[in-house]
Amino acid sequence: MVTLILIVVIALFAFFGIGAYNRLVSLKNRVANAWKQIDVQLKRRHDLIPNLVSTVKGAMNFERETLEAVISARNQAISASATGGVAETAAAESHLTGALGRLLAVVEAYPDLKATGNVAQLQEELTATENKIGFARQLYNDTATQYNIAQQTFPTMLFAGMAAATPAALWEITDEAERALPKVDLSLTLPPK
Amino acid sequence: MTAAAVREFDRSSRDLFAQQEANRKASRRLVAGFVLFFAWLGFGGDFIWYLASSRAAEGAAVSGWAGVHVFPGLGLTLLAVAAAMTWWGYKFGATSLIHATGATEITEPTTPQQRQLLNVVDEMCVASGARRPRVWLILEEAPNAFATGVHAEDSHLAVTSGLLESCTRDELQGVVGHEMGHIVNLDVRLMTLLTALVGVVALVHNASSRMMRFGGSGRGRRSRSGGGGGGDNKGAGVLVVVLLVVWIISWAIAPLVTRYMMMKVGRSREFLADAMSAQFTRNPGALADALTKISASTVKPVFIPKSSAQLCITDPFHSAWDERTGRFADLMATHPPLEERVARLRGMAYQDAGTGESVQSPLSMSEA
Repeated sequence: MVTLILIVVIALFAFFGIGAYNRLVSLKNRVANAWKQIDVQLKRRHDLIPNLVSTVKGAMNFERETLEAVISARNQAISASATGGVAETAAAESHLTGALGRLLAVVEAYPDLKATGNVAQLQEELTATENKIGFARQLYNDTATQYNIAQQTFPTMLFAGMAAATPAALWEITDEAERALPKVDLSLTLPPK
Repeated sequence: MTAAAVREFDRSSRDLFAQQEANRKASRRLVAGFVLFFAWLGFGGDFIWYLASSRAAEGAAVSGWAGVHVFPGLGLTLLAVAAAMTWWGYKFGATSLIHATGATEITEPTTPQQRQLLNVVDEMCVASGARRPRVWLILEEAPNAFATGVHAEDSHLAVTSGLLESCTRDELQGVVGHEMGHIVNLDVRLMTLLTALVGVVALVHNASSRMMRFGGSGRGRRSRSGGGGGGDNKGAGVLVVVLLVVWIISWAIAPLVTRYMMMKVGRSREFLADAMSAQFTRNPGALADALTKISASTVKPVFIPKSSAQLCITDPFHSAWDERTGRFADLMATHPPLEERVARLRGMAYQDAGTGESVQSPLSMSEA
């Protein structure tokens, strides 16, 4: 009788253990994949910008500075992702986000400009790209949170060591400027009559 | 507030992850109940037959009766028919619906609207981590959308041109997020399976009630053999009769019961897809606005077949059942009442259910 109970207990333990171990490993891989997705979206943004800038260059001649800020921020972001660490990349990317945000805000300020097809297209593409980056981060943070919760709750916590699970860091906004709402100063950017 | 209103408030003021968990639990329970009921209809009959025939064999051993019912033929037959119907639905259901609506696939966007739609779908794929579905456009004035496809790798998302006309970008995102929620949860697979099971039960029910009407009932013979086989063990005989009566009553009400359960599962999947959309967009208020807008449209769809209403984001035919609660509505409605869906979404967004204005915090709301 005792041996029977022992066998049942061991079997149950093994059953839950396999489930917990597999859950942790699959979560770990999903976290890694979600992290890669952010990279994919950032790369897409880098590739998209030159095309978009050349599309609207003519229509936005008087907004040279805004466009140049976007281009230089983009180049910085590319070199940071090639050489720098995560913190540097994150900082460069948030500069780019800021520059693109200003470009969008400027476009918003000119109803005539918005009416031309190219600019409307630029606006749509920029919105979509920024959204994708935001959603990729959101997915990463959600998955990482699930992974961290699994490591800290019973019974999966018992198997965290076996699955070599360590807490995953969440992607946070590091740049104070990005956290703040963008401001548009209309008096300086009015088009010359 | 009445007790029901308090319960409803409780439900709608939970955050989106709590709502997702509650919905998953509810539909797991329902599906388990459905499977058990289906097993009872098939294998339960075999079991009763086994009990009856083994007693009859005991009693009539001398006269050479040896027909003990061991092989569970009833249950396996029912299962085989269900499997065939499910296979049919898996294989042809998704594509036949797309073709029935006359939809055209959008591969290269030709208008800004289509470009926006594809972008929004891409965004929702990133947010959900799912593979990109094929996107179809239905030239239909009634605003609506549905997702179909039983495999995650082969999913389809169709929207009507009316939806693109009437929704803002954020609202479109909410609607696409809802459909992506169905795709991620494999809801089409679940509903195809349940539809097949309901179909089998209805089929057998119709066939057997027709057989009863023309006499020559197989069940009648079985019940006689169960009741009349030997008087040495009265208790077991009573058990067999009681089980048989319960089983026959189960069959008599089976079409209603299975349909009721399927509709209930479908409605809980709608709530879950709403909560998934909120998770993907973090903007449940926009979906609430879109649902209100879509339901307010009085245009009836031309190309969307009535049978696929349960796949759409709201019932496009405005079946009166959808806005009611109660026993008959439970049997008929493909979607939960709009008000309740909107109230839950507003709850996730910490907005007032009626006006859509944001409240300061969930705590200040519960004091009011």
